[in-house]
Amino acid sequence: MPVTFWLVQALNGISYGMLLFLLAAGLSLIFGLMKVLNLTHGSFYLLGGYFGLAVIQRTGSFVVAVLTACFAIAIIGVIIERFFLRRLYLEELPQALVTFGFLFIFSDLATVIWGGDPQTMPKPDLFTGSLQLGTFYYPIYRLFIIGFGLAIALLLWWLQDGTRIGAMVRASVDNEEVARAMGIDVSLLFTLVFGFGAFLAALGGVMGGPIVGVYPGADFEILLLGFVVVIIGGLGSLKGSLFGGLLVGLLDTFGKVFFPELALFTIFAPMALILAIRPSGLFGRE
Amino acid sequence: MTALPSKPVRSRRGAAAVLLGLPPALLALLSLPYLLSTYDLGIVVQMMIFSLFAMSLDLLVGFTGMPSLGHAAYFGIAAYTAGLLALKLGWGVWFAMPAALIASALTAVLFGFLALRTRGSYFLMITLALSQVAWGIAFGWRSLTGGDDGMPNIPRPSLDAHWPLTDDRAFYYFVLAFVGLGTLLLVRIVASPFGYALRGIRESETRMRALGYDVWRYKFAAFVLAAVLAGLAGCLYVYYNRFVSPDYLQVVRSAEVLLMVILGGAGTLIGPAIGASLIVVLENLISAYTERWLMMIGVIYILVAMFAPRGIMGFIRERLRARARP
Repeated sequence: MPVTFWLVQALNGISYGMLLFLLAAGLSLIFGLMKVLNLTHGSFYLLGGYFGLAVIQRTGSFVVAVLTACFAIAIIGVIIERFFLRRLYLEELPQALVTFGFLFIFSDLATVIWGGDPQTMPKPDLFTGSLQLGTFYYPIYRLFIIGFGLAIALLLWWLQDGTRIGAMVRASVDNEEVARAMGIDVSLLFTLVFGFGAFLAALGGVMGGPIVGVYPGADFEILLLGFVVVIIGGLGSLKGSLFGGLLVGLLDTFGKVFFPELALFTIFAPMALILAIRPSGLFGRE
Repeated sequence: MTALPSKPVRSRRGAAAVLLGLPPALLALLSLPYLLSTYDLGIVVQMMIFSLFAMSLDLLVGFTGMPSLGHAAYFGIAAYTAGLLALKLGWGVWFAMPAALIASALTAVLFGFLALRTRGSYFLMITLALSQVAWGIAFGWRSLTGGDDGMPNIPRPSLDAHWPLTDDRAFYYFVLAFVGLGTLLLVRIVASPFGYALRGIRESETRMRALGYDVWRYKFAAFVLAAVLAGLAGCLYVYYNRFVSPDYLQVVRSAEVLLMVILGGAGTLIGPAIGASLIVVLENLISAYTERWLMMIGVIYILVAMFAPRGIMGFIRERLRARARP
């Protein structure tokens, strides 16, 4: 097989991995702070895609579509946190039920509103077309996704390590009671972080719209992959989400190329291996 | 979780009530085929099968404190095994069913080694992820499983050449017998020292370890036992439905059986049976009027979690306790 084949597949894997990173970062952040395993995260991704699609069909602007979709989903996230999850603090099973319930409701609602056919989002004008280097062609939009993902990763890093709010989140993750005693409004932080996590998932959904499409069932699919990412990377770790996202993106892409019938194995075998060696993930804390 | 007394305290009145209630209940169950229409009898069969399925999960969730979100894997793997053996090799029920249970057990052994390294939310995620592997195989391996079309025309079992179970009444008794056996086994397990050790693990693993219990081994045994009983339910269901598809082991089904457990009340056996029966009835009722069952059950999930997180049995228990207090 030619080198370009490997290069194209690797870039495909990395760009998909960036979408997974966007999803997993929120999943991981929410768990790290509030100990909530948010199953509705898949819906945030899917609804983000559908909202973006609806906006772009009316306004024609990709940027407007991204912003509207992400903020709308963030608001939905805030509502779910404030009125539902808040009352079930640290109750694992009821939390799982509530987030599952919303996953089902949104999934069904999306089918009712947008139908069962897969749809593709148009690419932003700036990034249509392909990059050409000799005989090597590659869509510019995918390269853009890779750069965008890296930029978001840097931004999250800075937010976490270089800002006051990041310090507050880290303090609350380490010891919530002491953080409260120090005057940090942990309750507000919960809502903000949950909304921000939803924002990131929706961002993944819209940005992924032009390459993976928006279709019924994408919510469950991406949620599962997001789980694998955080299992591999470690819940609560930003580094883990990035590394895990890229790894799962590559494994998924190459798995589908080489073993189409048993594609999930190429993801789960490494997951099992890592789990056997480090139960809390590569970068997770014990 | 409510703390349980360390010793089995069962009031004499309660035991008497069970003894008095058992014969009429048994009589009712035995006479149902002659009282109900074929359609209603089918619903009762589903209620029984899903009761067994939910009770098997409760052994993990309610009694051991292991929140599995992938229990449909064992249900589905047994269903596929029984279906494949019947269709491709023509195996009868007495060979296909044990083989299916063994398949469930082996899967649980494999998954257990991975999942039991974790607890809490990690356990939830990993059981879900592992069950999706099983789903992925059923979905992807078209040449064997028929992919998402599933496998139709799986024959109803026959006990021997003269005793086919094609008749709905005969099949009802067949299901009743096996669900009864499974339930009896669960009742015995839960009331045994092993069952009390599981409750101990639920309350405090470290304390059980300090007492000298090999906690991992107990959890592993519970995990495999629960899988085998879920497999039994899966077998019965595939014989009932005469069809199996990847939906059998999908996460939606895993979540549904978890809902049944919590709705009825985790940590009791009767609770999950009540929860399962309720959901089966609701599903049949609602599906008759609307295609939006997924949305409806989503609402039920949220309502149960918000307003009845201890389930129906928890509610009843709290009421009784409030009345007993002077």
